[in-house]
Amino acid sequence: MSAVASPGRRAPEALKPEDVLLELDDIHLRFGGLNALSGVSFKVKKGHIQAIIGPNGAGKTCILNCICRFYNPYQGKIIFDGRDISHVATHRVAELGIARSFQNIELFRGMTVLDNIKLGHHVHMKSGFISGGLYLGKAQAEEIRVRTEIEERIIDLLEIEAIRKKVVGTLPYGFQKRVELARALAMRPKVLLLDEPMAGMNLEETEDMARFILDINQEWGVTVVLIEHDMGVVMDISDSVVVLDFGTKIAQGSPKEVSQNPHVIEAYLGSEAAAHSKLGL
Amino acid sequence: MPCGLFFSSYRKDDAIFKTWWLRLWMAAMFVALLVYPLFSAEANSLTGMNVTNLFNLIFIYVIGAHGLNLLTGFTGQISLGHGAFMGVGAYTAGILAKMGWPFFVALPAAGVMAAAVGMLFGLPSLRLKGLYLAIATMAAQFILDYAMRNWTSLTGGSAGLTVHSATFFGIDLNTDESFYYLALFFAVLATLYLKNVTRSRTGRAFVAVRDRYLSAEVIGVNLFQYRIMSFGISSFMVGIAGGLWAYYITIISDEHFTMWLSVQYLAMVIVGGLGHVLGGIFGAIFFVVLPELLRIPAEALTDIYPNIFGIFASLREMVFGLIVILFLIFEPDGLAARWHTVRAYWKLWPFSY
Repeated sequence: MSAVASPGRRAPEALKPEDVLLELDDIHLRFGGLNALSGVSFKVKKGHIQAIIGPNGAGKTCILNCICRFYNPYQGKIIFDGRDISHVATHRVAELGIARSFQNIELFRGMTVLDNIKLGHHVHMKSGFISGGLYLGKAQAEEIRVRTEIEERIIDLLEIEAIRKKVVGTLPYGFQKRVELARALAMRPKVLLLDEPMAGMNLEETEDMARFILDINQEWGVTVVLIEHDMGVVMDISDSVVVLDFGTKIAQGSPKEVSQNPHVIEAYLGSEAAAHSKLGL
Repeated sequence: MPCGLFFSSYRKDDAIFKTWWLRLWMAAMFVALLVYPLFSAEANSLTGMNVTNLFNLIFIYVIGAHGLNLLTGFTGQISLGHGAFMGVGAYTAGILAKMGWPFFVALPAAGVMAAAVGMLFGLPSLRLKGLYLAIATMAAQFILDYAMRNWTSLTGGSAGLTVHSATFFGIDLNTDESFYYLALFFAVLATLYLKNVTRSRTGRAFVAVRDRYLSAEVIGVNLFQYRIMSFGISSFMVGIAGGLWAYYITIISDEHFTMWLSVQYLAMVIVGGLGHVLGGIFGAIFFVVLPELLRIPAEALTDIYPNIFGIFASLREMVFGLIVILFLIFEPDGLAARWHTVRAYWKLWPFSY
């Protein structure tokens, strides 16, 4: 670890157990003979923006898929908010307060933006197939309450008022990414897992998205786990960075520390170049 | 004059019929439907067809088509067993009626029975999708078809089962005109239910399962629960349609609930518009009315050339098939989508931009 003085946006401090929101403990994931993750452990501090970086195929998305319970690690534990979630059913993860966006947009293309975002609120709503079918009193009041909340908190924050009644499949890419973030926010998450939210965006859109992530983190107090290839963004907004390569963690620390770590430079640039350049700076 | 639709509260924006103009038209249509039986004799003699009978068939098929539309159009689960599920509803209502149950108990029971059977045969949907699920539900069709024909002690076999028409507070609903109101009531109820369920939490989850089942799971939708629930509600509706059919036709035989009916239901929702509430209505009207309209030229030609009656009779089927195919080519989103296009055009007319 380097001895540089100003490591990140926030000063480092020793992690107390009650400050840890999400903990991965020795996660091993295997597909047939391929070791996708071998013994990855790290802790995410409550309220932090935790970045995960690494070259293609390093296992970044695998980590998110393990947290969402799409994948079953054959060894290791995932502890969220003091609870071991290694054996929770996939559809139960949302109730615990884990929301995510996908690398390739996974929206419901045939529905409007508003309906997509309302779906994010699914686990916080009560009406069933009978009360919803009658649409009287409570069910209607609930719909309108949810609509109000979504319009006034999420749509306003992400500046998508103009497109809220459009069908998602017809929207340009940048907006779809934003709608996916909105849907994740409607889940009232404690932690937001973002898989390359800036991929394929131009500078302006990237800056907008970075601003939204910071807003969500600071105003709503949502912890963010972020996978991103845009090093400028990672260095600017994250509090802490984990670097993966070939399914193992090769470095962890503040952005500055990580960027000067020789293992990281080697993973990204190869060992010869490591002598001459610094990563992304 | 406003240049668009604007609302000052979420509640106003949440209404089904948003403008007074639309409400006026809907009220007019509803009044017309209510007073129609007073003029049924005139309508019948004017068109030379039993129009009330067509109305009743449309209402019954609307209920079933809404059911299949919920499953196939909204949840994305194909079913080729809905003809048989309708049969389950019809036989349940028929047998219970024979046992002396009043129709307002027997009819919901028909729905519940069909729902139970539908959920059972919907279980493969957890693992199977698309064509594979179609084959699995087709198996349900054949199994139930076989049971209806051969379980003679229960269903009366191919001889059929005679049902007395429904009686409602002493009124015997044994004419086309009296049954009309019963069928209309349930068709309106089914339409309202479909509209409401698809704009509330459950319906959105159904569409989520259809569009992206992986992200549906991430947002907390239990795929198994919602797929089976969709099969249940869908079969319930088609079971109610079957029960009404039993009380209307008053003789049930297995011949009506074959594979052909299942395919017809599927064609109805595809021609009408998958995933549109109006789809079931347009589809049912199309499939009941068009064969009747095609009968007119077919019968006229038979009068001229009486010896080749058989050819014209089959010609009618062929023209019907051709029209369905042309529809799928030129309006694959169904009549409901075309309806929306036309309405959007008139909303802006004469300024098309």
